[in-house]
Amino acid sequence: MPPAILVRDLKKTYPAKPPVEAVRGLDLEVRVGECFGLLGPNGAGKTTTVEILEGILAPSSGTVELLGKTWARDESALREAIGVSLQETKFAEKLTVLETIRMFGSFYQRGRPPEEALAAVGLEEKRDALVSNLSGGQHQRLAVAVALVGDPELLFLDEPTTGLDPQSRRQLWDIIRSLRERGRTIILTTHYMDEAERLCDRVAVVDHGKVIALGSPQELIRSLGGDHVVEFALKNVERATDLAPYLALPSVRGARPEGEAIQLTVTEPHVTIPALLDHARKHAAELSHLSTRHASLEDVFVSLTGRHLRDE
Amino acid sequence: MSDRNPFHQLFLARMRDFYRQPEVIFWVFGFPILLAVGLGIAFREKAPDEIAVGIVRGAGDEQTLAAFDAKDGFKVKLIDAADSENELRLGKVAIVVVPSAEPTLQFDPTRPESVLARARVDAALQRAAGRVDPLSLREDLVTKPGARYIDFLIPGLLGMNIMSGGLWGIGFVIVEMRSRKLLKRLIATPMKKSHFMAAAIAARMVLVIGEVTLLLFFGWLVFDLVIQGSWAFVMALAFLGAFTFAGIGLLVASRARKIETVSGLMNLVMMPMFVTSGVFFSSERFPDVVQPLIQALPLTALNDALRAVILEGADVTSQLPRIAIIGAWGLVTFVLALRFFRWN
Repeated sequence: MPPAILVRDLKKTYPAKPPVEAVRGLDLEVRVGECFGLLGPNGAGKTTTVEILEGILAPSSGTVELLGKTWARDESALREAIGVSLQETKFAEKLTVLETIRMFGSFYQRGRPPEEALAAVGLEEKRDALVSNLSGGQHQRLAVAVALVGDPELLFLDEPTTGLDPQSRRQLWDIIRSLRERGRTIILTTHYMDEAERLCDRVAVVDHGKVIALGSPQELIRSLGGDHVVEFALKNVERATDLAPYLALPSVRGARPEGEAIQLTVTEPHVTIPALLDHARKHAAELSHLSTRHASLEDVFVSLTGRHLRDE
Repeated sequence: MSDRNPFHQLFLARMRDFYRQPEVIFWVFGFPILLAVGLGIAFREKAPDEIAVGIVRGAGDEQTLAAFDAKDGFKVKLIDAADSENELRLGKVAIVVVPSAEPTLQFDPTRPESVLARARVDAALQRAAGRVDPLSLREDLVTKPGARYIDFLIPGLLGMNIMSGGLWGIGFVIVEMRSRKLLKRLIATPMKKSHFMAAAIAARMVLVIGEVTLLLFFGWLVFDLVIQGSWAFVMALAFLGAFTFAGIGLLVASRARKIETVSGLMNLVMMPMFVTSGVFFSSERFPDVVQPLIQALPLTALNDALRAVILEGADVTSQLPRIAIIGAWGLVTFVLALRFFRWN
């Protein structure tokens, strides 16, 4: 069976002065049945990449295969096989939810009944509401229902939860999780690391149009060397620039400054923290802050790029 | 099954988008009728107004006053010499007579009612002074449907409505969908682009039937408008016009990303035709130099053809040149629009 998606050396340059290189040699392989995340800050090239995969944009160079097919040869078959939720689509305001889904459903040779797509996103009670009367979260769920109505083999969700309140985000997560459990292949782009961590089997971290890390969220976090982060700040001490003493502490795998504080990547916090306190006492420094937490994909991104996901 | 027929679904979407917006229904159906009523009342046929004559107080004013008879349509008043200029300027009188052995007439020769007043005042004064007319004329007064302003106006409003319907109903609507990223979303499905275009045009055609029928029926009901030519030909012209302005609307919308851009473009296209194509007044009022240009505009051809059929009962053959102009605009704009059209 061919992979769901195979991308080799994908490039996209927009003509401008100077030309904008949105995607600069990106490789991807998405397996059938997995939920694959494209994680990166705004402007990393995620949407451009996804719109090329969806056959909306043409690449400048590189090869793209979906389910062993290409857009040039098999456009109509691929259109039938994918479902898409774009960033920021606003559906016609004067149609009802069900009418919108039914219209999109009519474009597909085989599709599922509109009511089924409606139920999959839990919008049954809004079936006859006008689109203009939906909340942001409901509109986003409608977008997912519209993506599902063609019964796609491949589902693209571009930033499905951006701008939503926490409750709506969690509702969408439940929907995506249940789709994944039914074995659908999902490509999810997001700049929320918690979203990728919770939903995705594998994640490609994208920055400046390239994949800079690839693996399951756990693998990526493990690549930091430790699952935990210990963060501390010292009173009366200038911003520490010399990190060497902290790297020498037991079970520390990495160290980096974070504002006034220092973050250590640690395998065993219970070993590191006593040693850290000893070190501070020895140097007559007083701790103004100490905390520990599980490492996240955010830490992976920061350790790879020195920037935060949401900086831009 | 219509639920799974994409053309039908797209057509329904267009119609729902229309009839669920009361303000759009008003602009398409109500506004032309309001215009017809307003202008029909303002320019209704009636006897010319009374002629207001001012006579400057002084020697001989009473004598001069006696020369005018109210039943000849004169409304005469005495004014002071100092006021005469003001009265004329404000249009309170059409003409001022300064009595003397050789009376002076003061009036503005650029004002039609003053020129008319001059002739009537002249005749009244001459007769009072003893002139005898050698001929006695009889008058036979004729005012018939077909020659009134409202008869001229309604076919023009029909043309105007068909034009703005095409530009708003196709051009504006499509740019709105593009700005909502809805066009992009649609082409990410297996939808056939031809279905989308055909549905938009079909919805226009259905609305045109309503627009034409309503306005003509209203004209008949309220103003006794009579359609001299064939109904079928009027409808065929309306369809042709709707098709052509749909093409122009599509061309205007082919690239624009923002609603502001397309609104500006639409005004740029429509304003010259509103003014020159004979909606409210005849396009022949413009100088001969620009006539070839004006006659080549699609709305001029449409208005003239509609007037010929409705007012003169013209047949298809006599209107072929105009049909050719309208059709050519439609074909050329459609081809260009489909070529330049941007879906995302």
